[in-house]
Amino acid sequence: MAYSEKVIDHYQNPKNVGTLDKSAKNVGTGLVGAPECGDVMRLQIQVDDAGMITDAKFKTFGCGSAIASSSLATEWLKGKSVDEALKIDNMDIVEELNLPPVKIHCSVLAEDAIKSAINDYRVKNGLEEIKFEESIVH
Amino acid sequence: MLKLPIYLDNNATTPMDPRVLEAMTPYFLEHYGNSASRNHPFGWEAEEAVDYAREQVAKLIGADPKEIIFTSGATEGDNLGIKGIYEMYASKGNHIITATTEHKAVLDTCKHIEKLGGEVTYLQVQPDGLIDLKALEAAIKPTTILIAIMYANNEIGVVMPMPEISAIARKHGVLLFTDGTQAVGKIPVDVNKDGIDLMAFTAHKIYGPKGVGALYVRRKNPRVKVTAQIDGGGHERGMRSGTLNVPGIVGFGKACELCMLDMVEDTKRISKMRDHLQIELLKLEEAYVNGSSEHRLPHVANISFKHVEGEGLLMGFNKNIALSSGSACTSASLEPSYVLKALGLGDDLAHSSLRFGLGRFTTDEQIEYTIKAISETVLKLREMSPLWEMYKEGIDLSTIEWAAH
Repeated sequence: MAYSEKVIDHYQNPKNVGTLDKSAKNVGTGLVGAPECGDVMRLQIQVDDAGMITDAKFKTFGCGSAIASSSLATEWLKGKSVDEALKIDNMDIVEELNLPPVKIHCSVLAEDAIKSAINDYRVKNGLEEIKFEESIVH
Repeated sequence: MLKLPIYLDNNATTPMDPRVLEAMTPYFLEHYGNSASRNHPFGWEAEEAVDYAREQVAKLIGADPKEIIFTSGATEGDNLGIKGIYEMYASKGNHIITATTEHKAVLDTCKHIEKLGGEVTYLQVQPDGLIDLKALEAAIKPTTILIAIMYANNEIGVVMPMPEISAIARKHGVLLFTDGTQAVGKIPVDVNKDGIDLMAFTAHKIYGPKGVGALYVRRKNPRVKVTAQIDGGGHERGMRSGTLNVPGIVGFGKACELCMLDMVEDTKRISKMRDHLQIELLKLEEAYVNGSSEHRLPHVANISFKHVEGEGLLMGFNKNIALSSGSACTSASLEPSYVLKALGLGDDLAHSSLRFGLGRFTTDEQIEYTIKAISETVLKLREMSPLWEMYKEGIDLSTIEWAAH
């Protein structure tokens, strides 16, 4: 299967690979996927007092599309407010990376990782956890 | 100068040996007769060429030329061998024994037979990929007509103990079918010493053309017959109708002859490269060989690199190195290799495997390039793997409750 140029670029030059201090109060961590499914994504956001995402990092175990989806997600997260970040939809990732149908689950995983990181941040800061609808595409 | 891309997927198919192509060419343009045409020179020379090829093929496996039924390839041979026995021996019984690590052409044929009312036992293999002989014998019942166990596995290269398996089959009066696709031409295979009654194999895994193969069907001690699955003009002693693929068969014969001539030399050279590749790659942390290293084809290595995913790993170099991964993430199923899972490998290791299939045309230079490219990619991907980070922190990954997706 041929990968799109954007996927290849993110795979070869992934943006924001790394680890933030998961015990810090202003850091939210999302860990989604499972080794038996062949992909695990960890996405972290660092939020300032004004609710802006100042940094985002990821580490991903998975195929090139999973790596690219998480790399792209961290790029998009930086500079957004937490509320804006919630609006990132997996189909935006599919479109940007030209993911084929069999790789849509990679984008779903990235969206789930964003939401999971935001919820982790919210809980740490005494906010209520947001209940999300189950993703349609699994 | 090293020419890219490098081909290390010789278990999938091999390039043709130029000597094979040379032997085939006249049978496309000059000697294009139908080998069944008995009334003119075109037919005679085609028939003669087929007869000669039949001898070359038979010789490689220690068979009589009359025991060779030409087919379109190993999948057809698997179908004809198993379905043909099921039909032919229906009055004796309806039970077949096979193993979970067989090729799909065998497993799906067995599933088809189950739909027809047959009974199939799928034996589990041991962690090294070998069959448990005691379990095999225990599975035999009065209704058992066939044992279908592959000679060597396509994914892990593990070679089954055919003489021991056939001894059990003989003892109980059960026929033995084997898919010899990966073994024939690579290691010595002798249908008499190995006690094989039926064997499917193909030309394109031994530097011959695609689209031609053979089914060996024993004629003596015991005389075995299969019911044809393709009906028509009664070619191949009535067991496989259809005009013979003369150029393909000529190429198949030549390929078999070359394997016989070159086997000792090829094996020595290729296994040395394979061992070097394996030793170097196992220098990476958390890298493991899948399946028995002792009972294994000389040109195959299946290695898992823990905490990196196979398809992601391939992407790091698949423009330059042709390899196959045990992770079938490209299909919508997200299922890792059923063969690796049958060895008892966890999903994480099964998803992290690469299959190396070296061949006659593999060079030392290609192996050096491959070692370097794969080592670099594994290290790079581990740097971005959350599982590797957790492993390094001493976290037991099996204790984590994964949000299964």
